[in-house]
Amino acid sequence: MAHSIADEYNLKTGEPVADGHHHDVLFALYDDEEKLMAAVKEANSRHLHIMEVYTPFPVHGLDPLLGFEESRLHQAGFVYGALGTLTAFGFMTWVFTRDWPIIFGGKPYWSVPAFIPITFELTVLFAAVGMVVTFYIICGLGPGAEPIRLHDRITDDKFCIAFDLNHGGDDEDSIRDFFSATGAESVHRKLV
Amino acid sequence: MSGHVSPIREPLIEGGKSYHQITEDICAPTEQTPGLAWIITFIISVICLGMFAFSVAWTVWVGIGSWNLNRTINWGWDITNFVWWVGIGHAGTLISAILLLFRQKWRTGVNRAAEAMTIFAVICAGQFPLIHMGRLWLAIFIFPYPNTRGPLWVNFNSPLLWDVFAISTYFTVSLLFWYTGLVPDFATVRDRAKGFRKKIYSALAFGWNGSAKHWQRWESLSLVLAGLATPLVLSVHTIVSFDFATSVIPGWHTTIFPPYFVAGAIFSGFAMVLTLMLIARKVLNLQEYITLQHIESMNKVILLTGSIVGVAYLTELFIAWYSGYIYEQWAFQNRVLGPYSWSYIGMMLCNVISPQVFWSKRARRSIFITFFMSIFINIGMWFERFVIIATTLARDYLPSSWSYYVPTWVEIMIFVGTLGLFFTLFLIFTRVAPVVAIAEVKSILKTSGDQYTGFHPTAGHHGHHVPANAHTEANDLQAGGTVDIDEDHEIK
Repeated sequence: MAHSIADEYNLKTGEPVADGHHHDVLFALYDDEEKLMAAVKEANSRHLHIMEVYTPFPVHGLDPLLGFEESRLHQAGFVYGALGTLTAFGFMTWVFTRDWPIIFGGKPYWSVPAFIPITFELTVLFAAVGMVVTFYIICGLGPGAEPIRLHDRITDDKFCIAFDLNHGGDDEDSIRDFFSATGAESVHRKLV
Repeated sequence: MSGHVSPIREPLIEGGKSYHQITEDICAPTEQTPGLAWIITFIISVICLGMFAFSVAWTVWVGIGSWNLNRTINWGWDITNFVWWVGIGHAGTLISAILLLFRQKWRTGVNRAAEAMTIFAVICAGQFPLIHMGRLWLAIFIFPYPNTRGPLWVNFNSPLLWDVFAISTYFTVSLLFWYTGLVPDFATVRDRAKGFRKKIYSALAFGWNGSAKHWQRWESLSLVLAGLATPLVLSVHTIVSFDFATSVIPGWHTTIFPPYFVAGAIFSGFAMVLTLMLIARKVLNLQEYITLQHIESMNKVILLTGSIVGVAYLTELFIAWYSGYIYEQWAFQNRVLGPYSWSYIGMMLCNVISPQVFWSKRARRSIFITFFMSIFINIGMWFERFVIIATTLARDYLPSSWSYYVPTWVEIMIFVGTLGLFFTLFLIFTRVAPVVAIAEVKSILKTSGDQYTGFHPTAGHHGHHVPANAHTEANDLQAGGTVDIDEDHEIK
């Protein structure tokens, strides 16, 4: 097999040493999402343990192959929205029936139809803000976040399959063999 | 997974692009020194923005008396401009949210810029309710906060307060939706940048790395936000129309206002998107991503919403007559034939008559006609709001207090100033962020790129055109010297 060229993390020997905190990542770049999909299927049939797949855009049909369950973000969104509904409606009810009842235009204190617009707006606001914040937290993203980034072309035009040599449980040769069998464009090794 | 390639749909990405070429083309404006046209436009915009600051300061210093409002005409250009700007904002949400739910692929070429336009237009709109209070520092009174006056709460039954909630929610949700869409594209720019730019874009990109799980959640989030933004956008202009419709003023007190305002908002918003995109695609060299097909699709929406608005105008007149109520009838007779008939005629010509040219396919695909129509519609929709506000208020219940309203220089300067604010923000946006959603365009390449669709309207115009079903590898090579994998790679 070809040797990996040292990157900034590698030792001069070309033999990276992982210290437990790091992942010793062996990854390959593919130039097309169809090759990537075929490769992921092949990895599944060879019972290899993919650490992560990185793509420049959402590739449809990839999630079931990687064994991802449907995201439950929308369920969280429903809860946040319901919280917004209760907050808005409850607050307006409290203000106009308990805290400071005022008659506007001869209408009842508790004039439910007039509360609907603000209740709707706060439902949407709570659901949207809650979901977006949840999204960034569970993905570990945010200003200053430094998650694993393997290659600069992944956000451009390359599709990446990464294996963790320390914790993945697959030996390097079988991974390299898999990469060459599935038409990887290039193979890299990086300590992250 | 290339998905289904329609044999009859025209391509949405021209020039036989590869993924890498898409990145190169769309990132280019953020990486180059701006051209002379950009600099001149920017200077003019900033001067207008300065006029805005000056005229608002003048309003605050002298007082609302510096405007030509009076007891009869208590809303003038201020609320006209407010409604106009809010309406313009609606196209962005329509394109990004409603067209996402309808799975319209042409959305991907224009959604980013349209959403940016939404946010900037809502910022401009938001200035007017604040300024028209005269005492800006009392603007906090519109929020229900525990104050020392009881606490005395705001009137939750008032449409003006509903507006506060609607506009602020709309702004927040649009901003979140827009930014979440931008994060992967900022990451693309980050991974190409060097030095200080890389630091800035690293912060903006939130550490995005393109992980499959993140993409899955990102798509889920986008879909639900689109689902939330769709009723939201309809509610916002509905509530804006309630400002008028719930008041007992003949000419305003009509149930047709919510749908009529929403259709008008989408109509004017698309016109503004076209005005901006026709210039941007040329200046930023994005003609292959914002194609005639995109322009034609938007013109179809303009034709539809313009016709809905036209039907609404006629329905108003019919219902006024049919009501048998002389005050209502007179209000509309006054609107059409009264002292402001010039603005009614302008509105009808710009909004109803002239968009009918878009029944012709040639007109829909003509950049020249589209550009002028987009300007007409912007003017016409401004007239519509002016007609509704000024003609109604100028002739109130007491003929002795009837008057005729013309704005002062301060009011005109504030309006021109918000145009300056809008264009300053938009011009900065075109230099800082990718104007077209890079990741989304890449995701439709295999179904809508012209080398895959088998439909080649531009064949022969592009030197680097590649045959149908060409492999992306071939495209990489076609792109010439742009393939530069880092030194740590090895070809097998």
